[in-house]
Amino acid sequence: MADAGTFIDRGKDLSQPLDRLSPDERLKKASNYLRGTIATGLLDRITGAVAADDTRLMKIHGMYQQDDRDLRDERRRQKLEPAYRFMIRVRLPGGVCTPEQWLKLDDLARAHGGGALRLTTRQTFQFHWVLKEEVRETIQGLHEVLLDTIAACGDVSRNVMCAADPEDSALHAEVARAAREVSDHFLPRTRAYHEIWYGEEQVASSGAEEEPIYGATYLPRKFKIGFVVPPSNDIDVYTQDLGFIAVAGPAGLEGFNIAIGGGMGRTENEPLTYARLADVIGYISRDRLVAATEAVMSVQRDYGNRVERNRARFKYTIDDKGLGWIKAEIEARLGAALEPARPFRFVSNGDVFGWRETESGRFNRTLYVESGRLANRPGRSWLDGLRAIARAHRGTFRVTPNQNLIVAGVAAEDRAAIEALLAEHGLAGGGESAIRRNSIACVALPTCGLAMAEAERYLPDILGRIEAILAANGLAEEPITFRISGCPNGCSRPYVAEIALTGRAPGKYNLYLGGGFHGERLARMVRENVGEAEILSVLDDLLGRYARERRRDERLGDFVERIAYLASEQQVPGRISPII
Amino acid sequence: MGHLNPFPADTLDQDQRRQVEALSGSVTPEQARWISGYFAGLEAGIARRSGDSGLPAGAAAALRTLTVLHGGETGNCGGLARAFAAAAADQGLVAQVEDMARYKPRRLREEQDLLVIVSTHGEGDPPQPALDFFEYVEGPKAPKLPQLRYSVLALGDSTYEHYCEAGRRLDRRLEALGATRLAERVECDVDYDETAAQWRAEALALLVAQAGAGCEVSAPADPSFPAAAAYDKRNPFPARIIDKLTIVGRDSTKETRHLELDIAGSGLVYQPGDALGIVARNDAAVVAALLDATGLSGDSDLTVKGEPTTLAEALEGHFEIAITPPRFLDHWAAVTGAAELERLSGDEGKAERQNWLRNHHIVDIVRRFPAKNVDSATFVAGLRPLQPRLYSIASSLSAMPDEAHITLAPVRYQLHGEARHGVASAHLADRSEVGDTLAVYIQPNEQFRLPEDDKAIIMIGAGTGIAPYRAFLQEREARGATGKSWLFFGERNFRSDFLYQTEWQAWLKDGLLGRMDVAFSRDRRGKAYVQHRMLERAADLFAWLEDGAHLYLCGDAARLAPDVHEALISIVAEEGRLRREGAEDYVRALQRGHRYQRDVY
Repeated sequence: MADAGTFIDRGKDLSQPLDRLSPDERLKKASNYLRGTIATGLLDRITGAVAADDTRLMKIHGMYQQDDRDLRDERRRQKLEPAYRFMIRVRLPGGVCTPEQWLKLDDLARAHGGGALRLTTRQTFQFHWVLKEEVRETIQGLHEVLLDTIAACGDVSRNVMCAADPEDSALHAEVARAAREVSDHFLPRTRAYHEIWYGEEQVASSGAEEEPIYGATYLPRKFKIGFVVPPSNDIDVYTQDLGFIAVAGPAGLEGFNIAIGGGMGRTENEPLTYARLADVIGYISRDRLVAATEAVMSVQRDYGNRVERNRARFKYTIDDKGLGWIKAEIEARLGAALEPARPFRFVSNGDVFGWRETESGRFNRTLYVESGRLANRPGRSWLDGLRAIARAHRGTFRVTPNQNLIVAGVAAEDRAAIEALLAEHGLAGGGESAIRRNSIACVALPTCGLAMAEAERYLPDILGRIEAILAANGLAEEPITFRISGCPNGCSRPYVAEIALTGRAPGKYNLYLGGGFHGERLARMVRENVGEAEILSVLDDLLGRYARERRRDERLGDFVERIAYLASEQQVPGRISPII
Repeated sequence: MGHLNPFPADTLDQDQRRQVEALSGSVTPEQARWISGYFAGLEAGIARRSGDSGLPAGAAAALRTLTVLHGGETGNCGGLARAFAAAAADQGLVAQVEDMARYKPRRLREEQDLLVIVSTHGEGDPPQPALDFFEYVEGPKAPKLPQLRYSVLALGDSTYEHYCEAGRRLDRRLEALGATRLAERVECDVDYDETAAQWRAEALALLVAQAGAGCEVSAPADPSFPAAAAYDKRNPFPARIIDKLTIVGRDSTKETRHLELDIAGSGLVYQPGDALGIVARNDAAVVAALLDATGLSGDSDLTVKGEPTTLAEALEGHFEIAITPPRFLDHWAAVTGAAELERLSGDEGKAERQNWLRNHHIVDIVRRFPAKNVDSATFVAGLRPLQPRLYSIASSLSAMPDEAHITLAPVRYQLHGEARHGVASAHLADRSEVGDTLAVYIQPNEQFRLPEDDKAIIMIGAGTGIAPYRAFLQEREARGATGKSWLFFGERNFRSDFLYQTEWQAWLKDGLLGRMDVAFSRDRRGKAYVQHRMLERAADLFAWLEDGAHLYLCGDAARLAPDVHEALISIVAEEGRLRREGAEDYVRALQRGHRYQRDVY
């Protein structure tokens, strides 16, 4: 049990009566396990939207109501409601799908998704631009190939990530199995999804057992789980609420180091919200995996803040209660102390591109997909190309945590044919700069309701300008992580990038520098709410100094940290570090 | 404090006192407020006539209305507004809290003391929910506000370049509209609590002090009795266009417009259901083409209705010059002696004449059958006088004083390889801008009238046929009518052509509009027309009719009207278990009883 004498404030958690908790908690409770009035709202012909409460419930069904923000103002003047559309996110543990599933995803993207598929930073697919009256058809299409969208968003365990290891080690296969096991175990059990989207009959239920793990109010907030196989930290394990770092012995997977309390989201002008890296708290053996997950998640379920939603993530629960207390509570629920963490080492959080031979003698081809957006554009018929590959391919597809794609499990004799198709459709890549290959952008405008500035649509331009600075300083081949998000919530994991921008207003960003190259250190904000000219001017100075003063093999993030340390004596303490 | 006797003994006689007491027992708070304003105005009027100041100053001041109007995206401004109202209540002042998102900006002209709390977003933009409010206040429709005293609390974030800009804009604009600043604008950063409290204290102190000192009550303007309408079809009123909007989305196959006209000072009065007559002019390009085809000079002198003019002016302003009337065919056959025209104008051409005329505008005939040496007077002798175009008015005077709104779907098509358009379409859609004037008059329509306020109404319209129903609902809202309402609307595409969508949604939400069914004929799935929706709802629709509902139909005469009529008969037959003749009798009886009214065109 927890240390005797430690006072744990339970004034904001599940133990409180519902009327003291946030409206979201009451909504979940009253929704009859996520049914709400979604089914009737789909039939309402007066609006392309659903009721506001239902939009919140639908997140746990894996979809967001959005609208085309490019048209919002225009339509308001036209006395038309916003151009409502739905974003539908597939649940795809570890990011793996079959060619048959790919072909269906492609069909649905063309029919309902505005002709594009979006690869996400949590290794799955998103459809944007789906009309209300076509949501059901889209979900049923996914169902035909055994895909669904349950728990892809909302206050539950999200799509479980797993290292994309292009070498497909035997260890990776074991870890991937573990990830699927956890994903399955923590899937919401409500039948609401089947009733609403597949039209299944509602079966009488006792209610109480409908969600044995989550309960009627689910979790206080999203909960992100990921599995990583060192030395690659492609999933950014320190940004997960619960990260598992695979530990192997001579006989393969033995267990995992556990990291808890990572999270990117913060809110401007709310100093009590912040990005936080996960803490490694110990080790468990493989056979305790599900029990350990349940122990960690249930601590957050029971103690997480359900009064203030922007303080509801697990990272705040840990900081509010104390890491020691949280660890003790986890151990109490697990019935045993965690073993000390085993040594591990990461080298990078990026992807490795091109062909790689796997342990089983097959080949994996990692493709660079700018911002994860697959569409047909002049000279880049990416959807067509991948469709052609899916028709010929006998392996699988794998979405990487960096929004890229692996054509996995290609037989030696099929390599040439696949490569030819890649070349034919402009997918072969290879001409991008190192920073571009290490870049991530969230979706942002025009679909994301949270975005305050452009991200995906701006990335090509801003990178072009930064590339020019890099080239002028002889740094064109230097791998540097660059990430841009349209708002401070940080879907592109900007706060661990070496250079990052987070949106404040159209054309205005906060500039962060100095994150760790393998995700081990948070970046520091060096400019707040500035435009492109200022951003480029800071980068011009910094990259010039970096080229001149860097130590051998010193990463940009490490360099920033070093000069910041040197400059710290002259600094006025404050929120912004004016090191550059 | 014990029970307060509201009537000091000597102010009212016994009879008056009984009447006031009886009234005060039955009114709602809103009615009470209205009544107090009414008597305040009455008092000021009496005082002005008699040169007597009437009630003591303090009592008069207490009659000023106080509204706290907030606009924001996060709820902070709303919270501050409620806090203000609570603090005002402690000082004995009654403040009404309103959200810009739902506030009807036209109410500004009735406000007296107004406290504004507004946040700024992005690049100095107003909060999203307040955009309509800002657009109105900053736009040409905003009324002068000499009666208004106000103060602005502006919230912002000083890390942004345009700090508190939305509040600054409102502060400037209210001043420009003639309002008086009660207290200086206060700007607050993200840590707004203390600054906001200071502003609140200052504004409240001023309100209380001035109430005590006795401030002037602004009297309602003299009820200007509308002079007998001096403007009519022969003498139209030049109404200024104050707004012109395309109200279909960018992917629409239509280009439907919404026009707002200023009729202030015209004495024009209309009822919901009436039409606005617009005296449009022909497109100068069409005139030029016609002159070119005839070989006549636009400068040729001409006399029209006894007035000297030129041919070009006459063709632009006095004659129909597009669609060919049969009499022009006869006339041109005589002028040219062309065999084909003679055949078409004679008995043997009767069968094909109508169709042929539809496919041959005047310019097409003149080009194909040129006349030699025809003079201006001879040419125009075959033309009909230009007719005003009628549009169902889409607004209610009760809700939109001094304005008339219309909904317009421009008519455009191709003929003989050229783009052609309707006269008014081109005039209104292409050649009129905000600030221009249009010659207008009121065309009453006694056959399309709202029933008593407690009667149910069923409104059926397609396309621009929805216009009068906007007037109906505005009127019913302004009157506080209690009758149920049900609207059927049809157009091509849900996403682009749902005319006035957000207004219907708001009325559905507040219950003024009870039901709405829509049918879109060109959406990907479920091609449907309004009559299909009526048939789907047959049982309810018949029940409404049995309960005395009035039914209205507005829109296209050629297709919509017969289809809806037929649907109505089959609904009555099915639901009323009547044979067809019986159902037809039922519908005829509705029409005779003025419970089935049509405005079709």
